[in-house]
Amino acid sequence: MAKVVAVTGNEAVANALRQANPDVCAAYPITPATDIMQRFSGYVADGLVKTELILVESEHSAMSACVGASAAGGRVITATSSQGLALMWEILFIAAGDRLPIVMPLVNRALSAPINIHADHSDGMGARDTGWVQLWSENAQEAYDNTLQAFRIAEHMDIRLPVMVCLDGFIISHCIERLEYLEDDEARRFIGEYTPLHPLLDVEHPVSYGPLILSDLYMEYKRVQHEVMAGVSKIVLDVAAEFERISGRKYGLFESYRLDDAEIALVILNSAAGTAKDTVDEFRARGIKAGLLKPRLFRPFPYQGVADALKTVKAVCVMDRADSFGGFGPMHMEIASALMMNGGKPALINKIYGLGGRDFLPEHAEHVLSELNDIAKGGKVRTFKEYIGVKE
Amino acid sequence: MATGPSLKELSKKEELFTHGHRMCSGCGAPIIVKQLLLASDYPIVASNATGCLEVSTCISEYTAWKIPWIHNAFENAAATLSGVEAMYRSLKKQGKIAKEIKFVAFGGDGGTYDIGFQSLSGAMERGHDMLYVCYDNGGYMNTGIQRSSATPIGTDTTTSPAGSVVKGKMQQRKNLTRIMAAHGIPYVAQASPAHWRDAVVKFKKALEITGPKFINVIAPCNRGWRSSTDDAILLSRVAVDTCYWPLYEVEHGVTKINYIPKEKRPVEEFLRPQGRFKHMFAPGNEWLIALFQDEVDREWERLNREAHGEAPGKL
Amino acid sequence: MKPKGWRELPPGSVVTEPGSAARFKTGSWRTFKPVWVPEHCIQCLFCWMYCPDMAIKVKDGKREAFDYDYCKGCGICARECPGKKGQKAIIMVEEGK
Repeated sequence: MAKVVAVTGNEAVANALRQANPDVCAAYPITPATDIMQRFSGYVADGLVKTELILVESEHSAMSACVGASAAGGRVITATSSQGLALMWEILFIAAGDRLPIVMPLVNRALSAPINIHADHSDGMGARDTGWVQLWSENAQEAYDNTLQAFRIAEHMDIRLPVMVCLDGFIISHCIERLEYLEDDEARRFIGEYTPLHPLLDVEHPVSYGPLILSDLYMEYKRVQHEVMAGVSKIVLDVAAEFERISGRKYGLFESYRLDDAEIALVILNSAAGTAKDTVDEFRARGIKAGLLKPRLFRPFPYQGVADALKTVKAVCVMDRADSFGGFGPMHMEIASALMMNGGKPALINKIYGLGGRDFLPEHAEHVLSELNDIAKGGKVRTFKEYIGVKE
Repeated sequence: MATGPSLKELSKKEELFTHGHRMCSGCGAPIIVKQLLLASDYPIVASNATGCLEVSTCISEYTAWKIPWIHNAFENAAATLSGVEAMYRSLKKQGKIAKEIKFVAFGGDGGTYDIGFQSLSGAMERGHDMLYVCYDNGGYMNTGIQRSSATPIGTDTTTSPAGSVVKGKMQQRKNLTRIMAAHGIPYVAQASPAHWRDAVVKFKKALEITGPKFINVIAPCNRGWRSSTDDAILLSRVAVDTCYWPLYEVEHGVTKINYIPKEKRPVEEFLRPQGRFKHMFAPGNEWLIALFQDEVDREWERLNREAHGEAPGKL
Repeated sequence: MKPKGWRELPPGSVVTEPGSAARFKTGSWRTFKPVWVPEHCIQCLFCWMYCPDMAIKVKDGKREAFDYDYCKGCGICARECPGKKGQKAIIMVEEGK
């Protein structure tokens, strides 16, 4: 029996973490993720979880302690944003390379400098090559659902990789939404018990984590990582199917919104997708075949699936909430790669929006869809890459 | 000072750190690890900062460790171990583990005094039940002898070379042992591998205490110190006899000096056998030796005042 | 022996054989070799305690031969040996001589 609540994204994610009942949590505050760890600390103080809480002195130590705790042999979590993620950057690669199933909500926030505490995707995008699985969430319901599923994906014996669940800072993390929780026992049954592999605490079978690997074998280890990542999509879909049976909510590797016969499409992540869908509906009402693709599993990126979903589209705009200055935005480069797979060549343009929490408004989506419409009708591409919503 | 087990007794214990490791011939660090593992009557789980010890004892599929061991990165041996220790507490509370296990972090002076300082301070402040052992060889030896804050004044290293204008490292070394004592943790000590009995007793004592503990051990490095491959134990002894490396403990805030040399030797006896100090003996550089001696004397006097409330005296 | 392919590697590079370093023989590093002179040995076991490479076997509290498979010839044992009546029980001899 689902529980209907009105909560913020952070609250919802904290509740999912409570239901997962991890063995250890390393916590360090950073806006806008702080509330997740604050709430979780409340659960610990009230005896609602069995978790040992380590109130570390930096995010680098948070992820370091997570690596130690996970290798020791138990379920481990932390949460962060922006500079915190940037500070733990070197350890993220280690967590993935050591195959440790750590789960971490990432409340997306812009990277300094200049310092900004609001939503954009530069933090998550900067971590896309770390070897972590990345799930991106449009709203609080998705963030809650993704967090629960993250444990199953991370801890799957064929995978055993760390998973980050992304949600937009302030827009989702701090805004109240109506959503549905699973009952505690349902959620617990779904997540299941943790099965350790090579736990340090099994002193009868001593293991050594983190050997020096020279050029004779390093590349082979990375080949393995690639292979394991290549198997993640199937697990994500299996877990989603099981989740659908208990929640009624369906998830895939991405969301195809009115894409079946679409001629123009936006590719857009997280909360701005919600805004853009309304504009897509308006265009459809005017008879224009607009659609939207919202990736959910960003790493490993589902190139073939996305290519197939965009096959009817004549003009695509990838909306990036992060940039690689002087070039194209990060998601643009993924979509360009995807489109290459099917050989088809729709016109492909890139817009950068919403950096540092700059609002993404329906009029922005309208402007882009209109431009795509002109291109699709045989017009030329005015510019391949542009910032929108910027004060000129 | 309590007597502790005899060498014969210790020799009957299982060897938990094997030969076949690739530390340099005559290195002080593996002796320290051996002494700690022999001293322990408990199963130990260890973390290890990046550095000589880590990189030479676990390569590819070869590990010299017969205990569970984790290397994470350079600056986080303490943070990593605090995660392991927290998991232990969690699982123990849940009834999933019954065994008594102890936790030891190993780090060189680079990974402890410098880059690892924050992680160490944080772990100690949080009160984790763990022992941090620093093997102090006075420099970043693994990367080819660069200065660390543990390098003594005047030392020639590759990043503080004794040149014609600047004559080596121009800062006095950081007194990390004192800084750790100031954290108010239950046990802090300095030890030397030459004084094996004192070291073993300290390791044993530390492992029996609940809470955060820190032991700093001098670890001669014949490569970085440009000394002889056979003098690691000899130089540890001289380091103690010159009072450069006093053997002491701070237990629950009370300082106790464990060894007062019958005759405090001049620091030249420590400096002369080491190539890294050779330039200090050149004419015109006497002031460097004087600076070195002054600091040793100052710290020895301060330590004695702390221990006895007066000038150097009886044990 | 064919080197391991990527499919045969342990997950996360975790080493599961404790003490596997013993398969790596460091004895070839030596240029000088310690020779034990039992007549001068007082069985103090200092050599065993100070050896960085665990290259001295001790059985029932008494030292036995050097383990030349691993001894790197550092000479610490010879230096620290107290010997008997001024005569060391360990002397360093150049390898190959």
